[in-house]
Amino acid sequence: MALINETIIKKKGYNLHIVRTDKYKTNTIVWKMKAPLQKETVTKRALLPYVLQSGSEKYPTSTDLRSYLDDLYGASFYVDLAKKGDYHTISFSMEVANEKFLKEGEPLLEQALQFLHEILQKPNAENGAFNSEIVIDEKRNLKQRIESIYDDKMRYASARLLEEMYAGDPYALQSNGILEDVEGINETDLYSYYEQAFTGDEMDLYIVGDVEAGQVEKMADRLFQFNSRTPQSSKAAKTAATSVKPKEIKEKQEINQGKLHIGCRTHVTFGDDDYIALQLFNGVFGGFSHSKLFTNVREKESLAYYAASRLESHKGFLMVLSGIDSKNYTKAVEIIREQLTAMKNGEISDSELLQTKAVIRNQLLETIDTARGVIEMLYQNVVAGKEMTIDHWLEAVEQTTKEEITAVADKVEMDTIYFLSGMEGE
Amino acid sequence: MEKIVFDQLQEELFYEKMDNGLDVYVLQKKGFNKTYATFTTKYGSIDNQFIPQGGNDFIHVPDGIAHFLEHKMFEKEDGDVFQHFSRQGASANAFTSFTRTAYLFSSTDNVQNNLETLINFVQEPYFTEKTVEKEKGIIGQEIRMYDDNSDWQSYFGLIQNMYHTHPVKIDIAGTVESIADITKDHLYECYRTFYHPSNMLLFVVGSIDPQETIEFVRENQSKKDYTDQPEINRLFEQEPAEVKEQKRVLKMNVQTSKCQVGLKAIDTELQSEQLQKRESTMNVMLDMLFGKSSPLYYQLYREGLIDETFYYDFTQEKGFGFAMIGGDTAKPDELEKRIRTILLETKTGKHLTEEALKRSIKKKIGSFLRAVNSPEYIANQFTRYTFNGMNLFEVVPVLEGITLDDVLNTARQMISENRLTTFHILPK
Repeated sequence: MALINETIIKKKGYNLHIVRTDKYKTNTIVWKMKAPLQKETVTKRALLPYVLQSGSEKYPTSTDLRSYLDDLYGASFYVDLAKKGDYHTISFSMEVANEKFLKEGEPLLEQALQFLHEILQKPNAENGAFNSEIVIDEKRNLKQRIESIYDDKMRYASARLLEEMYAGDPYALQSNGILEDVEGINETDLYSYYEQAFTGDEMDLYIVGDVEAGQVEKMADRLFQFNSRTPQSSKAAKTAATSVKPKEIKEKQEINQGKLHIGCRTHVTFGDDDYIALQLFNGVFGGFSHSKLFTNVREKESLAYYAASRLESHKGFLMVLSGIDSKNYTKAVEIIREQLTAMKNGEISDSELLQTKAVIRNQLLETIDTARGVIEMLYQNVVAGKEMTIDHWLEAVEQTTKEEITAVADKVEMDTIYFLSGMEGE
Repeated sequence: MEKIVFDQLQEELFYEKMDNGLDVYVLQKKGFNKTYATFTTKYGSIDNQFIPQGGNDFIHVPDGIAHFLEHKMFEKEDGDVFQHFSRQGASANAFTSFTRTAYLFSSTDNVQNNLETLINFVQEPYFTEKTVEKEKGIIGQEIRMYDDNSDWQSYFGLIQNMYHTHPVKIDIAGTVESIADITKDHLYECYRTFYHPSNMLLFVVGSIDPQETIEFVRENQSKKDYTDQPEINRLFEQEPAEVKEQKRVLKMNVQTSKCQVGLKAIDTELQSEQLQKRESTMNVMLDMLFGKSSPLYYQLYREGLIDETFYYDFTQEKGFGFAMIGGDTAKPDELEKRIRTILLETKTGKHLTEEALKRSIKKKIGSFLRAVNSPEYIANQFTRYTFNGMNLFEVVPVLEGITLDDVLNTARQMISENRLTTFHILPK
C-alpha cells in the first residue's frame, strides 16, 4: 500500500488533490496559488491574501468572519506566503473538526469549503476596488511585518545574505515584498492584481482527511470555477558552477551574539538525478545533531549553541548558520570550510552515512504524519513539475552511495559569507 | 495495567505505576508512522532551594542548573547520545521549563530500541569536571541568543515585574555568571534528588502495542536498583499578592515597539480540578475579551494599536500564575492604557456576554480537537496536566461546564489594579 493515497483530478483552472486518511480528528483544506517571483508584483501578492482574509461580501469585517469560524467549532483559517525557488506562493489554509467527533453532526467540511469559496471569489469589494478600510489596515500591517524582520537577527541575517548573494535575481526578494512599494498600492490596483492572479496563477486545492472523494469532488465542482490557463514558468536560468573566491560581507549592530550565515550554490534542484544525494550531503554536513557542523563547531569547540545547514530545494541554495562570539569569527569560518572540504574529499564514515539515511527516512515518514506535512510534500511536485512519490523517495535514500554524495559535494560552492557582528571591543 | 477509555475522543490510554514509583502511560495512535515518547521529571528552573537526598538542610543551587543538567545528560563516557539516536533513526531532544525537564525522541523505526536508549540515558548520569566546563561555552551562546531575542526579553521582563521572591522570575537558562559556578557535584546532587523514578513520568504515544510497551518498561525498570525515596522537600519564600513593579521599559536594537500587560494570579495553591477550572475559565475570559471575533479586538486593530502578533494567554501552576496580553505595537502607551481599562471594566461584567461565552467555548473545543492530532501535544500537555493533578482528557467537559457566572466571578476575584503590570520594549 502506498504511504499517501493522493487522487489528482484536473479541474477547470485548478487541480483538485484529495488525500484520504482516517488518522486525524480534523479535515484540512489548503488552497495554493503560484506565480513567478517578480519585483513588480511581489508586494501586491504579499498584500493580497491578507486583504482577502479580512472580509468578504457575506462577512464584511474580520469580526463577522472570525465569529463565523468560531461557530464552525473554532475552524482555523490563516494565510501565508512562501518562496519556492523563483516562485512566489500564497496559501489559504483551513482546518475544521471532523463532524463525527462532535455531538451535533453539522456538515462542517461543506461549510468550510463554502467559506473558502466566499473568501477567494466573493471579496468585500465594489466597482473594481477592495474595501478601503481593509486595504489601509493591511498595508499598515504589511509594513510592520516587513520591518519586524530587522528585529529577529537570525531572519535579518538570512535576508541580507540573500540580498548580497542573489543581487539582481528575483530570489533576493522577500516573500513579504518591498517596504517602499507598500504605500503606493491602492484598492483599485490591488483589485486588478487580484483578478490577474486568479486568471493566471497555477492553482491547487488540497483536501486531507477522512473524506469521501466523490462527495468532495461534487462540492468542489459546485464552488470553484475558473477559466483554463497555462501557468507561467519562471524565466530564471540555472547557474553553472564557477570557482571564484567567496564574497565576504561584514556588518555591525548593537547585539550580543554574532550571526554567521554562509550561502552556497549547489547547482542541483528538486527532481534532478542527484537531488537525493544532495539531501544526504546536507544531512552529513549540517542538517542534524550528528552532522559535521554540530559535532565540530558546537561539541568539539564549544563555539556555538547552534551550527547547522539548511537546503532550499527549488533554488538549490544551501545556507550554513551559526550564532557565535564575534571574536571567534575566523575560527568558526575556518572550521566550517574544513567540513565542506572533508565532504568534497569523500570523508564520510559508514556511521555518518547510516545515521543520515536513518534520520532522513524518519523525517520523511514523520512529515507525512501531519496533514500539513503531506500537503507540503505533495506540493513540491507541483512546484518542480515532477512526479516523485514518497515511496520512491524512501527507496532512493536507501540506494544512494558515498560516491554519489561526494560527487554532489564537489558541485557545492561557497558563494557569500555574511557576518552580522556585535559592537564588543569598540 | 489499567485501561482508561475516552469515548467521545475515541482514545484508549494505558497506565501502570512501576514498583519503583515511575508512572508509565501509553496511547496507541493507529495509522501514524511515528512514535513519540517523553520522559519527564518534575523538576524545573523554580526548584532552586531544597533538601538534597541524604542531607538535612536546605541548599540554594546556582540559577540555570536544571537546564544545565538537561544539557549534560546527553554526554556519556562513550560519546554523545544524539549519535546513538541518529543511528536508530530517531530525532531526540529535551527541554527545561519552570517546573519540568523533559527528554524525548520521535522515530518511525526501532521504536523499542529508542525507548530503551531514552530510559537508560536519563537513568545513567555521567558528569565530569571537563565536560561540565566545556558546556559553559555552549550554554553561554544559548543565553546570548536569547539576550538578542525581543520576544523572550519581553516575556521574562513581564514575569520579573510580577514576582518579588518566587524563582519563576529567574531566566530558565540562568546567566553567564551564574552558570560559571556550576560544578559536577552540584549536578549529581540535583540529579539524585529529582531524577528518582517516583518523581518522573514516561509517556509513549504512537504506532505501538500498549501491552508490549508497558511490559518492556517494567522489565527494564526491574533490572535497576532503586530504593524508595522520601518526598522531596522544596522551599519557596512567601510571595506577596501584588506585583513588584507596575511598569518597566527596555530599549533594544529593534524597529518595532512591544507592549505586554501582565496580571498576576492569586490562589496559586490551587491544584487538580480547581486549577483546571481556573485555567480554562481565565483562558475563555481572555478569548471573550481579546479573541479575533470580539468587538474589542476589532476596535484595537482598526485603530492601529495591534497587529497579527497580538497574543493572550493564562497559565498557572503551584506557586505562580499569570495572564499575558500584548504584542507589537506602534503605540505602546496607548495600548497599555486600553488593555488595563478593558480588564478593570471586565470586573464589573462589562464585555462579558452569553453569546461571546458560547463562541469562545466552541472555538476552544475545536482547537483542542486539532491539538490532539499531534502526538507531541498529547505527551507534553498530558504530563503537565498530570503533574498538577489535572486531566488533559477532561478539557472538553470542563469547557462545556463554564458558565457566565463562573467567568464573572473569576474576573472579580482575579483582576485588581495592584496585580497588573506592564513591560515595554522600545527601539534604541
